[in-house]
Amino acid sequence: MTTNEKTAGKAADKAAEKAAAKTAAEPGKAADEGKKSAPLLEVRDLHVEFKTRDGVAKAVNGVSYSVDAGETLAVLGESGSGKSVTAQAIMGILDSPPGRVAGGEILFHGQDILKLPESERRKLRGPKMAMIFQDALSSLNPVFSVGNQLGEMFRVHQGMSKKDAKLKAIELMDRVRIPAAKQRVNDYPHQFSGGMRQRIMIAMALALEPDLIIADEPTTALDVTVQAQVMDLLAELQREFNMGLILITHDLGVVADVADKIAVMYAGRIVETAPVHELYKRPAHPYTRGLLDSIPRLDQKGQELYAIKGLPPNLLHIPTGCAFNPRCPMAQDVCREDIPELRRVTEQDGTELDGRGSACHFWKETIHG
Amino acid sequence: MTELAKSQGPGAATAEPAAATGTAEPAPARITQWGEIRHRFMANRLAVVGLVLVLLLFLTAALAPLIATHDPYAQDLGNTLASPSGDHWFGTDALGRDQFSRVIYGSRIAVVVGLASIFLACLIGLVLGALAGYFGKTVDTVIMRIADIFFAFPLLIGAIVIILVMGRGVMPVILSLAIFSWATVSRLLRSSILSVREMDYVTAAKALGASTSRIIIRHIMPNSIAAVMSFIAFSVGTAIVAEASLSYLGVGVSPEVPEWGNMISSARDFMGVKDFLWMYPSVAIVLTVLGFVFVGDGLRDALDPKLR
Amino acid sequence: MGKYVIRRIGQMVIVLFGATLILFACLFVLPGDPVGSLGGDKARDPAVVQELRERYGLDKPLVEQYGNYVTNLVKGDLGEDYTQRRQVTEVLGPKLQNTAKLALAAIVLDVVIGMLAGLIAALFRYSFWDVLVTLLTTLAIGFPSFVIGSIFQSQFAVKLGWFPLISDGSFNSLIMPAVTLAIIDAALVARLMRGTMLEVLRADYVKTAVAKGLPRRTVLFKHVLRNSVIPVVTYIGISFGGLLGGALITEAIFNWDGIGFALVTAIQQQNNPIIVGVVTYGVAVFVVLNLLVDLLYAMLDPRIRLS
Repeated sequence: MTTNEKTAGKAADKAAEKAAAKTAAEPGKAADEGKKSAPLLEVRDLHVEFKTRDGVAKAVNGVSYSVDAGETLAVLGESGSGKSVTAQAIMGILDSPPGRVAGGEILFHGQDILKLPESERRKLRGPKMAMIFQDALSSLNPVFSVGNQLGEMFRVHQGMSKKDAKLKAIELMDRVRIPAAKQRVNDYPHQFSGGMRQRIMIAMALALEPDLIIADEPTTALDVTVQAQVMDLLAELQREFNMGLILITHDLGVVADVADKIAVMYAGRIVETAPVHELYKRPAHPYTRGLLDSIPRLDQKGQELYAIKGLPPNLLHIPTGCAFNPRCPMAQDVCREDIPELRRVTEQDGTELDGRGSACHFWKETIHG
Repeated sequence: MTELAKSQGPGAATAEPAAATGTAEPAPARITQWGEIRHRFMANRLAVVGLVLVLLLFLTAALAPLIATHDPYAQDLGNTLASPSGDHWFGTDALGRDQFSRVIYGSRIAVVVGLASIFLACLIGLVLGALAGYFGKTVDTVIMRIADIFFAFPLLIGAIVIILVMGRGVMPVILSLAIFSWATVSRLLRSSILSVREMDYVTAAKALGASTSRIIIRHIMPNSIAAVMSFIAFSVGTAIVAEASLSYLGVGVSPEVPEWGNMISSARDFMGVKDFLWMYPSVAIVLTVLGFVFVGDGLRDALDPKLR
Repeated sequence: MGKYVIRRIGQMVIVLFGATLILFACLFVLPGDPVGSLGGDKARDPAVVQELRERYGLDKPLVEQYGNYVTNLVKGDLGEDYTQRRQVTEVLGPKLQNTAKLALAAIVLDVVIGMLAGLIAALFRYSFWDVLVTLLTTLAIGFPSFVIGSIFQSQFAVKLGWFPLISDGSFNSLIMPAVTLAIIDAALVARLMRGTMLEVLRADYVKTAVAKGLPRRTVLFKHVLRNSVIPVVTYIGISFGGLLGGALITEAIFNWDGIGFALVTAIQQQNNPIIVGVVTYGVAVFVVLNLLVDLLYAMLDPRIRLS
């Protein structure tokens, strides 16, 4: 199935893909409707906790999302929103203890990988799913050459010889357009520029052509000019290999050009999902709207920049009801009592909006009002 | 620059494992302030035990005449090498002197030598460090080279050379230990101040427009001083061991002085036969050193709790 | 690299000269006449004393004595000692071997015990073993070597008779002094190892290694260990330098016939040429080891640039 999907996907028109993906993106519904075979990755009602000295921190509280081959899901949120923790749970690289998956399912090619033994999950990392981290300098081992670290993928997973692995490493470096790859393969991470280092991280993630890539703030640590180059490279390679991509970011600007759909996270929950342009045009959650309003815009030059008031919640003491209520301009009593479900968003006339959901009691007012 | 680009040399390298291993994770601005350090220190059981031990040592030294049951110098040749008893709690030595009283009085030498030598070492280190800082490059280089020379002497060997010149006694021991400890102090002060000055949160405080004195008092001082205090606690422990070692070797304070190293050394002839002779002074010195080590550890952990 | 080494050697020479000058100045102003004490308590014929003074160059001013010493030192000649009237190098030669033997034995114990204990403590943080290692290492640091030596002598030599009380150079007599030396150092190595390991285990690149799907042993023994040993190796190098320079106390406790013991004896006899010889050697070893450790450090950590 994997290979079928892949070849089909490669041939397929991207727009068609997107349309299919949108259906799958509907929270928790795709599988029930059985319209389409299982998506590449589906996270269902995931819970992750961290034991700390002061109590249990609930980092992820029932997150569900899905990604298809060739599709890009952007997960948006502040630090502490659980976006990275979810990603680490998918990869199986949570620091445990203190962290642990407290519930839910992670279906990868339809199989719940949380049920797999660690030895099996390890074999998924690299050949099937890979991760790109934020800070390439600290994420690359300082005492081994980049060639060694790239080649390691082939040596460990494919039993390749050192010599062949090095040739593969050079090939990969060429692929991510690192100049003079042959000469630089024995250099150490600190000898590269920030952008080049992040290319090496990308090369490492792509090495075994995985089906899924998770990029955790891949451009945050880079200069603005380099950010675009790295993002373009990532998007291009994703298309080429028809991979599913989860792009974790707090930067709405990065998302707009590359993502197909967005999931906005707050305090360990998804508060809104939407196709990327819809979200920009008509947010259906006050938090999303706050985020959008706090982007500086040229036409508002001179005006004071909007900022969401207050601080992100303490995960040890998440507010009752909607976690966003203390910071929300629209909060009512119901917001302090009931946790809003992620519900479908419809037009005023009741027409369903594809792939849209909001976890706000007042989504109607937010989107239409 | 002739030094390693990253550190002042292997000494600094071992003192800073974080720098050496280069875990360049963007450290969250560490704003450690007095109350926080004290709180963390007091929450550390071992540190409190250490503090109690050190305070007990000071108290014993101060009140030695009141605690001691006998004159530590009084010989009783009719009652030598007596096992511990109701009258002589720790027994008597080869000259019939009361061991308990000698152990109690021994704390005085430990306290005086430990504190005075490290105080002096810090003074020399500070003065030379300030000179180096004030006059800059050439003087700095010269002073650091001189420090290198003193640094190259193993502590005991260096101390012995000085004592050879000055003769045995408390003063020579203090001076000799100070002369061969200041180089370490000045290196530490230098690197500590340099590293704190470079930390993100100091830069941040500067950027926020905090005044220089405020930065120094609120941000640099707690970190620098706590680091230096932790180092001092270790150093005093080391100095006490060094002082006892010198006496043990027969080049420290005079042999008749009640001092732990002396006592253990004179017990050598009765090894395995009259073990109470070396056991009590050994317990005294071990508890003393542990006290200072625990306090030093506690201070270090209070500064950087993630390493515990 | 080559330039750096040359510059460091130049610095080393300065340090060495500075150290010997300090030493020489101290011995020159020393109270008491080394020649006078040569014959024990008997008063000496002034003519003989005069002759001896000339023989050892003690009648010359400090600067000239130091000049002679340096010229001879360059030739590898440390002069003649007072008590046996033999070449200092000849006297110290076998003692150096003994010291080296002891230092080597101690450092091997250090590395094996210290690194292993630190490794286990860090990998199983907060476990029984970690608590045990932390406890033992903390206690060990509080024990001066003469206390450890006394315990060993009274228990294992006198009471149990396992080892000779006083060393005779045999392997059996090497064990107690070697363990005595190793205990404190191994404790420090274990603590350092644990600390750096815990630091490295939290590093981002370890997470990367896990995310790459590497087996746990590859993550630990390649990515973690390689980074953790860097500070430990440098510490052990410096510690080894100290041990090679003569372990005064331990050699004195067990009468181990090394240069540390030779120094203690020479001090009692005011045998200045031996004192100068041992101290010169001790400082030289320390300085050379330091340079080697710096070079090793740069080799282990590619981020370090020697310039």
